[in-house]
Amino acid sequence: MSIATTQKRGFGAVLWDYLTTVDHKKIGILYIIGGGFFFLLGGLEALLIRIQLIKPENDFISAGLYNEMITMHGTTMIFLAAMPILVGLMNYVMPLQIGARDVAFPFLNSLGFWLFFLGGILLNLSWFTGAPDAGWTNYAPLSVQSPGHGVDFYVMGLQLSGAGTLMGGINFIVTIVTMRAPGMTYMRMPLFSWTTLVTSILILFAFPALTVNLFLMMFDRMFGTAFFDIGLGGNSIIWQHLFWIFGHPEVYILILPAFGIFSEIIPTFAKKRLFGYTAMVFATFLIAFLGFMVWAHHMFTVGLGPVANSIFAVATMAIAVPTGIKIFNWLLTLWGGSITINSAMLWTLAFIPSFTIGGMTGVMLGSSVADYQYHDTYFVVAHFHYVIVGGVVFAILAAMHYWWPKMFGRILHEGMGKLAFWTFFIGFHLTFFIQHFLGLMGMPRRYWVFLENQGLDTGNLISTIGAFFMTFGVIVFLINIIYTAVKGEKAPADPWDARTLEWAIPSPPAHYNFKQLPLVRGLDPLWIEKTEGKGKMTPAEPVDEIHMPNGTILPFIMTLGFTIASYGFIYQVDHKGWLIAVYAGMAIALGCMLIRSLKDDHGYHITKEELEREAD
Amino acid sequence: MTENTNTNKINSFQKEQNKVEMRKQIITFALMIFFTMIAFFAVMLGVSSTFVIPLILILAIVQVGFQFYYFMHMKDKGHEIVSGMIFGGILVAFLVIITFVAITWW
Repeated sequence: MSIATTQKRGFGAVLWDYLTTVDHKKIGILYIIGGGFFFLLGGLEALLIRIQLIKPENDFISAGLYNEMITMHGTTMIFLAAMPILVGLMNYVMPLQIGARDVAFPFLNSLGFWLFFLGGILLNLSWFTGAPDAGWTNYAPLSVQSPGHGVDFYVMGLQLSGAGTLMGGINFIVTIVTMRAPGMTYMRMPLFSWTTLVTSILILFAFPALTVNLFLMMFDRMFGTAFFDIGLGGNSIIWQHLFWIFGHPEVYILILPAFGIFSEIIPTFAKKRLFGYTAMVFATFLIAFLGFMVWAHHMFTVGLGPVANSIFAVATMAIAVPTGIKIFNWLLTLWGGSITINSAMLWTLAFIPSFTIGGMTGVMLGSSVADYQYHDTYFVVAHFHYVIVGGVVFAILAAMHYWWPKMFGRILHEGMGKLAFWTFFIGFHLTFFIQHFLGLMGMPRRYWVFLENQGLDTGNLISTIGAFFMTFGVIVFLINIIYTAVKGEKAPADPWDARTLEWAIPSPPAHYNFKQLPLVRGLDPLWIEKTEGKGKMTPAEPVDEIHMPNGTILPFIMTLGFTIASYGFIYQVDHKGWLIAVYAGMAIALGCMLIRSLKDDHGYHITKEELEREAD
Repeated sequence: MTENTNTNKINSFQKEQNKVEMRKQIITFALMIFFTMIAFFAVMLGVSSTFVIPLILILAIVQVGFQFYYFMHMKDKGHEIVSGMIFGGILVAFLVIITFVAITWW
């Protein structure tokens, strides 16, 4: 039942469908919509930050609000925008790429999404009562002493959405390990599926550190413990270590899927097999492994001592090696290819130099001696925006253009895609390139104002102008989405003459994905069939009944329970009456778990006749 | 994909295998109880702590090994990924402990 064949349904029916869905494709789209919403919020916050810094000693927003703005911009963009959109893409594309009918745990998938979404909403509700203001890194002791409930919202919101991400990660690992189609060996998996696997492993190992850290912060702020209070024998550095033990792998959780996306787009539009596939897989693992060994490079100026600093500096620079392997492999894939340049490819081609600049400043920052100069200046801000915007955001936009036809059955408008690209690309470099120099001239990050005639005026003005260009680009992209939804060009199953399994099925795919699981004969299975076979996948099984999971509203209600309980936890500090919310919320959540455990739900079967009726 | 999930048709070879497996499980279980008893008695008999602490630690490591390899089936085929994950997790946990011991508290 593709969207095209279903009759028009009422809004209520569609809403109920999405609230109860356990289909990985719909959940993927929900992730992308949710992440996109938070991306716009975070972008708005970024714009306000840049307007405040347009001229010296500006008073567009107050100092306190500015602190809230930078905190929420960082937190939103990392946890609620970039990561969910990537998780959404993985959710949608990865099962199609490995030839699976769904993820391993559909219920868990839905629960993970709702935890992320309501966690993000909870965090953003803090705007009405005072948002967190201790920076996205939320360092103790500043965060412990921050008045009001802002930081409490940070703790509870991230706890919820972090739990959701952890579930997603586990789900992806199990899916890839157990549910690959016949013939899809590990070394035949497309690189995006590989990076999904490695990213999920990183999530599995990194997020517990965040969870523990947030619990320590929660207990310090709400229940009078002193884990971070030096006066009572605690240690505030514990927060920093745990945060970065999570935080550095988090950076790779963001960038590895981006690498995977580019590794799909480049071979498709260069019409060449990915150069050095094995080396790419190896480099992915190496980056993941080294990613756990370098967290203290965020803490060079804390005073770890020369030995620890040197070790972490060397490990940090070592990461440049696998990343370099990847950059060169992409270049060599392009080399001699018959290259099509469209919007997806433009973002990809722009990514290579932009990300390389970010990587180079990364190596500069990795030198622990020089870092004393760069630390907490705009140089750092420029560096991480080059890798995150130039890497992750470019990848997300490229992926949108690339997979949009598969997801929605329509091709995004090329002209608007290119306009959005050029304005965003120019705006991005205008905004952040100059910030390297602002940083080298000594402009500290997170400051509300800067003074006149210190050589910072022009640079900041240029940076703000760039932010407006980026805003324009995003607006054009949004218009493009609406235009495409209304009268976009209908997409065939394989609009790009692509290479991997997801293009072997209709756009958008049927809810059971594959009528018959395909037989995979090598890397780039569809391309192999196109060049050596019949042009379409050979089925690995006869048409037979398909077992599908039932939709359920339980994950949503369960998450609602946890959200109510979180609210109770935040406000029980003021008045014990709020404990009612804690108990009620937990009762709802645990009740849902009980129902889930006791009530058998064996799913349903799509019969053979039904499948044969739906001729493709 | 596992080939034989049909439990109705277990042949005699399979039966023999299950028997061997069961014996191993029981031996490990008995050993683990025995190790726990050694640990308890060592403390109860008041042996000097310089001896007891390393002894208990060694017994604990062996028991964790049994737990992983016998009860959680890491010795069986098809558990390579699981082993990889568990050792990865151990590595990260070890790193965290090393950090706090060597950098923060030392």
